[in-house]
Amino acid sequence: MTKTTETGATPADPARRDALRTLAGAGAAAAALPLWARYTHAQSAAPIRVGFQMHATGIGAAYGRWYDRTTQAAARLINETGGINGRPLEIVTEDDGTDPRRGAEVVEKFANQHRVDVAYGTLFSHVVIGSAPRAGELKLPYFVVSEGHHVASGMLNRWTLQPGITDVKSQVLAMAPFVAETLGKKVTMIFPDYAFGHDHRDFFSEAMAAQGGEVIAKIAIPPTETSFTRYFPRIPRETDVIYHVMVGPAVLTFVKEMGEFFGPSRPAIFGFIDSLEAVDLRSPGLEFLEGTYFWEGMPRYVQPGQTDYDRAYRAAIGLDENGASLADPRDVSAYAHMFGCWETLHVIKRGMEAAGYAGPQDRQKLVEAVEVMTEMPESHEHPQGRKLFNGRTHQVFGQQHVSKLENGRLDVVRTVPLEETFYPDEVDYTAQPF
Amino acid sequence: MNARILALHGGLLALLLVLHFVLPVYHHGNLARIMVLACYAIGYNLLFGYTGLLSLGHAMFFAAGMYGMGMPFHHLGLGAELAFLAGIGTAGALALVVGLLALRTLGVAFMIVTLMFSQAFYLMILLAARWTRGDEGLVLAGADRVLFGLDLTDPDIRYLLALGLFALCLSAALWLVRRPFGRVLVAIRENPERAELLGYDIFRHKLAAVVVSGMFSGAAGAAYGLMFGYVGASFAEVHFSIFPLLWVLLGGAGTVIGPFFGVLFMFYLIDISSGLTPAYMLIAGVALVLLTLFAPQGLAGEVRRRWLRWLP
Repeated sequence: MTKTTETGATPADPARRDALRTLAGAGAAAAALPLWARYTHAQSAAPIRVGFQMHATGIGAAYGRWYDRTTQAAARLINETGGINGRPLEIVTEDDGTDPRRGAEVVEKFANQHRVDVAYGTLFSHVVIGSAPRAGELKLPYFVVSEGHHVASGMLNRWTLQPGITDVKSQVLAMAPFVAETLGKKVTMIFPDYAFGHDHRDFFSEAMAAQGGEVIAKIAIPPTETSFTRYFPRIPRETDVIYHVMVGPAVLTFVKEMGEFFGPSRPAIFGFIDSLEAVDLRSPGLEFLEGTYFWEGMPRYVQPGQTDYDRAYRAAIGLDENGASLADPRDVSAYAHMFGCWETLHVIKRGMEAAGYAGPQDRQKLVEAVEVMTEMPESHEHPQGRKLFNGRTHQVFGQQHVSKLENGRLDVVRTVPLEETFYPDEVDYTAQPF
Repeated sequence: MNARILALHGGLLALLLVLHFVLPVYHHGNLARIMVLACYAIGYNLLFGYTGLLSLGHAMFFAAGMYGMGMPFHHLGLGAELAFLAGIGTAGALALVVGLLALRTLGVAFMIVTLMFSQAFYLMILLAARWTRGDEGLVLAGADRVLFGLDLTDPDIRYLLALGLFALCLSAALWLVRRPFGRVLVAIRENPERAELLGYDIFRHKLAAVVVSGMFSGAAGAAYGLMFGYVGASFAEVHFSIFPLLWVLLGGAGTVIGPFFGVLFMFYLIDISSGLTPAYMLIAGVALVLLTLFAPQGLAGEVRRRWLRWLP
């Protein structure tokens, strides 16, 4: 799908409009102006074109739908508050089918046909890794929202950055102390038998050892698996905690069969919300997860002391207090991840404004401007919380949350500050040539 | 060789060379990809179109070429030239083993067995994640992607090398199908009992066809990885076995030139329809159904049936 969206129009929903007004007084004033008047101070009224590589079809489609909604909402807000360098922001969407081959083709299409200024928004790791080499060769800034460790590991290139979402290594490091201190020292890991699962296996095993804990069994689930009954007997009896992550589309079966296996007496359970993103936690079959713990990048359910930033962010996208669509409460969002799109678009805006970006000839200046960024305070631009960007590794760091599932909703029980999510640099992209 | 045949196939290559100088940059890049994928389709066509063996597992040969090239390139620092040959060798060796086992079956069983082998190969890539990085795959460093001193990250060089590979595959296929070997393959496709009665060793001919087809596919896989800098498990997935079947059916099974047009048609069908609607796969599906209904022998097959009876 190619979709070009210039989101300068005022939202139709009055409630959403009210919420948007809270974002910034100046922004609201700007929003009242007609489109032509908002950009008159710009050197060029031509829009800044951002190529959004969307997982509209394929295995990433559920995430893709919400990445799209978040992107459109952020672009609308940016346009209502004056655009980028006074120029309107235009989102050019292409479906990559969650496929690395098509992903690379889409990046070429962005650069050579749509003539976008930057490419952005890719989530699934294999699509990022398949596309990034072409972005590098085309010298197209490529802002991914993937949470994979591939950027910070040094496997990609200087043109690929991840400034809007934290990576799996820092997430896992942040969770290990909670698991060891609160849930138990002996952990059995159940993870998908592919690279994302292996990252969890390796990083968490290391992090647990540092906490004096131990991963006593590692159960890899083949990606084609649809039933999990035969894996549960491999969980050692002395297990204190089961750690599960991204078992895939069969997650409901996984939970149901785990419930049948353990019955009422089960070890503590800790999981990553990834496979339950865009899934209603009150769905039949998920009852067994009641009382278990999850990592969340951003809390799906409104928490006590909700910030104005979170309130405005939900309103802009059209979400209720349960992280579901206002139009349909059964349409649950990918709330723990999609803030990355919102924040990345704002980083692109900030980077372009700092670089005095005027066109594709300034792409290198844009990358350099983002590389020197460090502090990103909690704000309307960063509603998930304060961030610290590491220009050498092109990776951002931020706070992480542990939430407990009770009465069908997740409530945060611990927030890990970003300083506790650091790890030593594995690459210095700034030393690489453009 | 017949002058008309030479003129047609040579003319296509000459046209592709001219297009190098006139195409806009986006289509120039697309055509480079299409030519490499057409080599894969030509290889598939040798087995399906000429020998009558329908494989549902050819992605394993494409991926064997890609990983056979990419692993020593990435882990051992092997040069692009040797790595490319290693890719073709890996695909050929795999095709020999698979052929020896799968050719004990016929028809639907052959399809199933090749599908199963291909799935096993795909899972093997995932399970060997320590070296393959599983589903994520490997990035081949741009600075090392140099073939005989030519920088493969340069779009012009990439296009011309893709054209060179395509010219080689097209010529080899043309030569092969017009040799007695190729005619025996057609005889096996049309009437295996009669071919056997005439004294031809059917098994050996089929096995040779599997190996040659696998090596064409492997060459395409190795070239694709080298040219575009990525080696990934998705190229071993089942849908990548279905693609060459579709390309060949659309372009014209049993024609040397058809697979190229099949790839070209499919590539732009998806590229253009995806710009019109999110339901672009529906458009692609309807177009395929219509083509199957009204041109069941594919584009080049239909041209042969109606006008150019001499088309090889």
